[in-house]
Amino acid sequence: MENNDINENTIVCVNCPRGCRVRVQSQNGEITNITGYQCDLGIDYAKEEFKNPTRILPTTVRVKGGELELVPVKTARPIPKSRIGEAMRELAGVKVQAPVKRGEVVVEDIAGTGIEVVATRSIALSQDQDNTGKKKETS
Amino acid sequence: MMREHQLVIIGAGPAGLAAALEAEKAGIEDIVLLERDEYLGGILQQCIHNGFGLDYFGEELTGPEYAERFIDDVRESSVKIRLKTMVLNISSDKKIIAINEEEGMIFLKAQAIILAMGCRERTREAIKIPGTRPAGILTAGTAQRFINIEGYLPGKEVVILGSGDIGLIMARRMALEGAKVKGVLEIMPYSSGLVRNKVQCLDDFGIPLKLQHTVDYIYGKQRLEAVDLIQVDDNFNRLPETRERIECDTLLLSVGLIPENELSRDMGLKLAPGSGGPLVNELRETEIPGVYACGNVLQVHDLVDYVSEEAEVAARGAANFIRDSLKKREKEIIIEPGSGINFVIPHKISYQDESRKLIRHFLRVDEPRENIKIVIRDEAGSRIASFGREIVTPGEMETVKLPETLISEGTDRLNFSIEAEGVEENGKQ
Ligand SMILES: Cc1cc2nc3c(=O)[nH]c(=O)nc-3n(C[C@H](O)[C@H](O)[C@H](O)COP(=O)(O)OP(=O)(O)OC[C@H]3O[C@@H](n4cnc5c(N)ncnc54)[C@H](O)[C@@H]3O)c2cc1C
Ligand code: SF4
Repeated sequence: MENNDINENTIVCVNCPRGCRVRVQSQNGEITNITGYQCDLGIDYAKEEFKNPTRILPTTVRVKGGELELVPVKTARPIPKSRIGEAMRELAGVKVQAPVKRGEVVVEDIAGTGIEVVATRSIALSQDQDNTGKKKETS
Repeated sequence: MMREHQLVIIGAGPAGLAAALEAEKAGIEDIVLLERDEYLGGILQQCIHNGFGLDYFGEELTGPEYAERFIDDVRESSVKIRLKTMVLNISSDKKIIAINEEEGMIFLKAQAIILAMGCRERTREAIKIPGTRPAGILTAGTAQRFINIEGYLPGKEVVILGSGDIGLIMARRMALEGAKVKGVLEIMPYSSGLVRNKVQCLDDFGIPLKLQHTVDYIYGKQRLEAVDLIQVDDNFNRLPETRERIECDTLLLSVGLIPENELSRDMGLKLAPGSGGPLVNELRETEIPGVYACGNVLQVHDLVDYVSEEAEVAARGAANFIRDSLKKREKEIIIEPGSGINFVIPHKISYQDESRKLIRHFLRVDEPRENIKIVIRDEAGSRIASFGREIVTPGEMETVKLPETLISEGTDRLNFSIEAEGVEENGKQ
């Protein structure tokens, strides 16, 4: 956006079921005008969403020796939307050792954001596994 | 051998868990919680996304986090938990037959029962799409369990039928896991999902939402190969010239949930049209005294927070029933859904209770509307309360709190309806 053209982005406000289509006009990345909202929440939301859209990322990672194969996790805080793909790629390689406690930090700094990924469920040790890590045949 | 208990709760999802805790708090000492799955928490354990708990806990949690708060407390409580125990039958005199691996058949007798079996998803048969019957067609909730609990992706190229929240959430989940989501189809002219989910699950990933569209045909021998999409007009007539073939190996169905009421039906309970669950009074007591229903078995909730709250109402009712401290009204009040409203829960008000000030009602409207009022009228048609709302949609349950003082002694009927804004008000919430 090197030129001085005025850009218009439409941002759907998610704060209530109305879902106003808020129009953000900008020039060189600076907001020049905001229209289309029906209350002030829409202005704040559109500004934030224009400048730095962020999301909490909920997903799962693998568990070793647990009662379940996976533990659900989330980023402790919202991360920039643009980092979600990278975060998913990093998490694909993560494997945690059971037992896992809810709130336990699984990754300290995800995708260079400085934000932690934490477990959202406790996973106990598998009751029925032998020392190869495989599940025993249950009778 | 028949074991006797004060309270038996069927299902340990958020409804069963909250009911167990509240019943204990209300002084019931002998509570049994039966769950067919191998873990507590119900459907919440597979809903790993955030968005739960804002109402109940005042903070945003994921499904498993919300569940675990209750699970921790239930584990600490005196509630007797039985996992991997499937209830097969309940009789109208409150005898329960269940089965589990260790004991085989077990027989219980309860003073009070709380039904908290949740709901299940409508399946393809229910909507009858023509074509072949290949693998690769599954409900969104089944796919959710495969991905989030069992750890495998059920397909690579996906079409999703139905734009309720579960469909939207699964579109994002599959996209995050690397699948190509080719579109979400919705037969209605609007999505029943939350705006937030439309934006964060579809727009964020460039997934198209096709309103007034459905699947017209299914192709594939072993595995799904393609589907035909088709547009419909305002009267749901298919428009042949809009037919379009889309290659995909997976079709997720998110076409609605049905309360899980086989057990309820077998025990002789009538199911209410609209909500699909048993008829209940304000304590969530069914037509059989001492048998209660709460959570998705009663009405499909979109907010788990309301499930917990409803379960607590049922549990207090059951506790009072066990202690025999309930007082019937002289006349029951029938609650009728009027124009613009699909159903209201409770279906009637049966008890007199001086200690309560408000009776909370949950309702679903039939279509999205702006600047309306939810109006309650008595049998004579006089307005006794009205609640202004800027916007209502069928996808979001509405709730109103009716002050007990507004209900006069002789009332036997209350009608809830949607009316246009403009007339003066007296009960704005
Ligand atoms: C796929 C999906 C996504 C959702 N997403 C959201 C969301 O984002 N935010 C939100 O607030 N809410 C969401 N909800 C709604 C919320 O999760 C539900 O309203 C809530 O889980 C319902 O609780 P419940 O206890 O009634 O039912 P469930 O959680 O379904 O629990 C019922 C339990 O009963 C057990 N059971 C059933 N039959 C028997 C039997 N015969 N014997 C023994 N046990 C039995 C089942 O195994 C289950 O554990 C979602 C719901 C679904 C289905
Ligand atoms: S701008 Fe206000 S009215 Fe419009 S969607 Fe956002 S919160 Fe709702």
